[in-house]
Amino acid sequence: MSTPTMTPVAPGRTERRVAVQPVTPPRVLRSEWIKLRSLRSTKITLLVSFLLMAGIGLLTAAITASQWSHLSASSRASFDAVSTVLQGHQFAQLAIGVLGVLVISSEYSSGMIRSTFAAVPTRLPVLWAKAGVFSVVTLVTMTIASLVAFFSGMAVLSSHHLQVALSAPGVTRAVFGAALYLAVVGLLGVGLGALLRNTAGAIASLVGLLLLVPPLVGLLPSTISTHITPYLPSNAGEALLNVHHQAGSLSPWAGFALMCGYAVVALAAAAFVMRRRDA
Amino acid sequence: MIEVNGLIKRYGEKTAVNGLTFTVQPGLVTGFLGPNGSGKSTTIRTIVGLDRPTAGSATVNGKPYAQHKAPLAEVGVMLEARAIHPGRSAFNHLLALAATHGIAVSRVEEVIDLVGLREVARKRAGQFSLGMGQRLGIAAALLADPQTVILDEPVNGLDPEGVRWVRQLLRGLATEGRTVFVSSHLMSEMALTADHLIVIGRGELIADASVAEFVQRASGNSVRVRSPQAAALRELIGGPDVSVTSEEAGVLTVKGVDSDRIGRIAAEHGIALFELAPQQASLEDAFMELTQDAVEYKAPTTNDRQLASAGRNSI
Repeated sequence: MSTPTMTPVAPGRTERRVAVQPVTPPRVLRSEWIKLRSLRSTKITLLVSFLLMAGIGLLTAAITASQWSHLSASSRASFDAVSTVLQGHQFAQLAIGVLGVLVISSEYSSGMIRSTFAAVPTRLPVLWAKAGVFSVVTLVTMTIASLVAFFSGMAVLSSHHLQVALSAPGVTRAVFGAALYLAVVGLLGVGLGALLRNTAGAIASLVGLLLLVPPLVGLLPSTISTHITPYLPSNAGEALLNVHHQAGSLSPWAGFALMCGYAVVALAAAAFVMRRRDA
Repeated sequence: MIEVNGLIKRYGEKTAVNGLTFTVQPGLVTGFLGPNGSGKSTTIRTIVGLDRPTAGSATVNGKPYAQHKAPLAEVGVMLEARAIHPGRSAFNHLLALAATHGIAVSRVEEVIDLVGLREVARKRAGQFSLGMGQRLGIAAALLADPQTVILDEPVNGLDPEGVRWVRQLLRGLATEGRTVFVSSHLMSEMALTADHLIVIGRGELIADASVAEFVQRASGNSVRVRSPQAAALRELIGGPDVSVTSEEAGVLTVKGVDSDRIGRIAAEHGIALFELAPQQASLEDAFMELTQDAVEYKAPTTNDRQLASAGRNSI
């Protein structure tokens, strides 16, 4: 800062000394990228997600391989190599979902949101940028994790000639679908976090929706539950990971589209209230 | 320039701001004073678009804050409540804000130096002391070299050196022709920094005046008179607009008559005076007196404006 001069300055515009550009979506995107990468908690949670996605598939594959000779004929017949190595998605979705919630709820809990909205007072670009940055980061890391899970798991299973090639029908879709599924779970987390603005509440809602609602619906009489179960977010999205069509499940892309629909609804509701509420 | 017009903000049943109208001029340091809970922070949040007014409006440099294409270049704001993620370093916090306006990294480094956070810039902000947090808030406010600077209680938690630094910074910004709006609940601080004062209480405007005018208007300055014939003098100077009190034998505190007139009256009547001293109320006294009862001490001009705005808003 220059020292104040003694000559009186006429009130009005001062000379601009710092180059400043208008706020645009790409700049907000860049800002959100800086925010995401500058938190230790982001890196740790992403690492945990990676280990869960890549590691659990490998672990189950290794256990299956070691127990193969003791398995019953029916267990052997129903064995699905692809779903075994991609099983990590069920655990990774918790870490990804929590991170999705935190991306926005931590700004509300710390007060950072006020700095954010002061810089971007139209607000919605912030929500879209957060969703965009986070889904791309999740998609990239989880695609790598899913490929690691697939190839390492298949390598282990090959000892019993149980491996399935990536080129087999539906397998590529399942492997990349696991990453897509996780990215959409993350978006659902962002939506719930922005809607509820409260970390604990949003995490509880997300976990409830993904993990508690399906078994609860299962308690209903099957005449009712079979009409609901396939349409629940996690079940719908997981259809994308099925290599073989399973009874009572939506087709892969229809299921995934429905799950995207849930995330869109959460984000749209968040956008609606974000513009109106006081920060 | 900040223009607040008939601003009303209610949170449910509670009215935080009740019909505020004022203008903050460039080239001056304007103090925004009021007891805690009087609506200062709410007003500031509304000016920068964080809170939506229930009625009325606030504009900055002619437009609502949110309509500026590069809002940080128009208004730099430091809010009272912390607005920093504790897990992020000061540098990255500023870098993320800078990115929204395409501001260069060199400017981020510049404001870090300006507020004296160089050594801790890479540390997580959660480890910062209150004073360091304030400095980071000020750095964020100055980042885009804004035309208007709004600081909510900037000296809270600062050491004396820091307080002096803020004072000089604000004066410097005003000298450059910027609009500087600083809230405080400490009159003594404002007395040293501000040129102009906007005083509010219970969400309503109490005074909008220069510091000098404010003191005069607030307490009606008094004159201390010591005389062996105090009782006689008291009779002579009494009148409808004059108040005379005495807390000590032979000493009068007179309001409503200036010292020249008291001196003349005493001379005419041959009354000896040992002491005749105009007393100026300190800003602190003036402030306390004004804010004791927001309604009773409302300045008439203010009242009219509020009635006018209340009428508009009831439609």
